[in-house]
Amino acid sequence: MHEFGIAEGILKTALDTAAQHGAGKVELVRLRIGALAGVVDEALTFAFEALAEDTPASGARLEIEPVPVRCYCARCDREFEPPRFSYRCPACQALSTQVRSGRELQLVSIEVS
Amino acid sequence: MCDHCGCSAPKHSHAHDHAHAHGHGHGHAHDHHHDHDEEHRTIALHQSLMARNDRHAEQNRGYFKGRGTLALNLVSSPGSGKTALLEATLRDLKNEFRMATIVGDLATDNDARRLRASGAPSVQITTGTVCHLDAHMIQHALEDLGNTPVDLLFIENVGNLVCPSNFDLGERLRVVVTSVTEGEDKPLKYPSIFQNADVVLLNKVDIAEAVGFKRELALKNIREAAPAAVILEVSARTGAGLPAWYDLLRDYTRAKPAAHHHA
Repeated sequence: MHEFGIAEGILKTALDTAAQHGAGKVELVRLRIGALAGVVDEALTFAFEALAEDTPASGARLEIEPVPVRCYCARCDREFEPPRFSYRCPACQALSTQVRSGRELQLVSIEVS
Repeated sequence: MCDHCGCSAPKHSHAHDHAHAHGHGHGHAHDHHHDHDEEHRTIALHQSLMARNDRHAEQNRGYFKGRGTLALNLVSSPGSGKTALLEATLRDLKNEFRMATIVGDLATDNDARRLRASGAPSVQITTGTVCHLDAHMIQHALEDLGNTPVDLLFIENVGNLVCPSNFDLGERLRVVVTSVTEGEDKPLKYPSIFQNADVVLLNKVDIAEAVGFKRELALKNIREAAPAAVILEVSARTGAGLPAWYDLLRDYTRAKPAAHHHA
C-alpha cells in the first residue's frame, strides 16, 4: 500500500523538476529499486500512472532497474550476492550483518520534452 | 502548525519546502527550446525517494539524543501482542524509568487508551489509510508529548510487516515482535523487516506447545533472516522471559550519559 505514497513523491519531484527546466512534458522516469526495499514494481507503476493522469507526466513510463542484495563477509573480506535472502557467506558460511545494497529506493533521472 | 516541513496533510497546507524551486529567475534563457519541441532531454536526479523521511528521522535522532531518550520502534503483524508487551513493560519498569508511548493505528485509539491506563503518557497517531508511521508523524507526536522528560519512548508502529520497513523514525532500536501463533516461516516471508532488526521478540511462548510451534526451526529462521538481532523468547501474559527484555533496555539506557532517574 505504501507504493502510493512513494509514487506521489516521484510524481511531485518529476513535475517540479520538469517545470524548473522549462519542459512541458515528462516522458520517462528512471528508478533503482532494491530487492529488500519492500516495493512491488507493478503496484508502484499502477499508482504512478493513476496519479499522473491529467498532469504533464501523463503517459510517462517508469523504467525500474532492480538492485540485487549484496552482503559483506568480514571473515573473507569479500562481497557476495546471497541466494534468496539467506545472508550466509557461500565460502565460510558465516552470517553477514552488513547488507551493502538492496534497500535502494532511488530516483535516477527523468526524461522530459 | 507544522514547523518542520511543508507537510502535505490538509491542516498543514503551507507546502514551503520547495521554495528553492522558485529561485530560477533566469528561466527566460531557455527560449530556444520552443524550436525543438520533440527533443527529449535527460535530467539527472540521483536522489533517494526516502530522502525527506530520512531527513526528518535524523532530526528525531538528534532530538532523542539531546534529551537522553532511548527510542524504540516496535513493528509486527497485527495480533502479535505488541500492546500487551508494552502494558507489561510500562507496569514492571514504572519505578525505574520515565516512559511514554506513541501509538500508530489505522482507525481506533483503543491501544493508546490501554497503554494510558498504566499512567505513562501515550500519544495516538491515527493514520487513516496509511499503513505505516513516518518520521514526520513522529515529530508531531513529540510536540504533543511536550516537555515531559522521557527515558524510554516506545513507538508502536501500525500492525504491518511490509510498509514500516522503509521508514526510519529516528529510533535507536528497531524491535520486531512476532509470536508463536504466526508460524515458523514469518521471517522468510517478510525478509525486508527482519533484515535490519536490532531485536526480535518471540512472544506468546506460553502457548507454543498448544499450537504445535517448532521452536528450533523458528529460531533458526529468525537467526537467518535477522543476522544482527538479539532474539528473546517472551510471554507478555505470563511474564516469562521479560527480565531479559528489561535487562536489554537497561543496558541501552545505561550506555547514554546523564541517566538521572531514581526509583
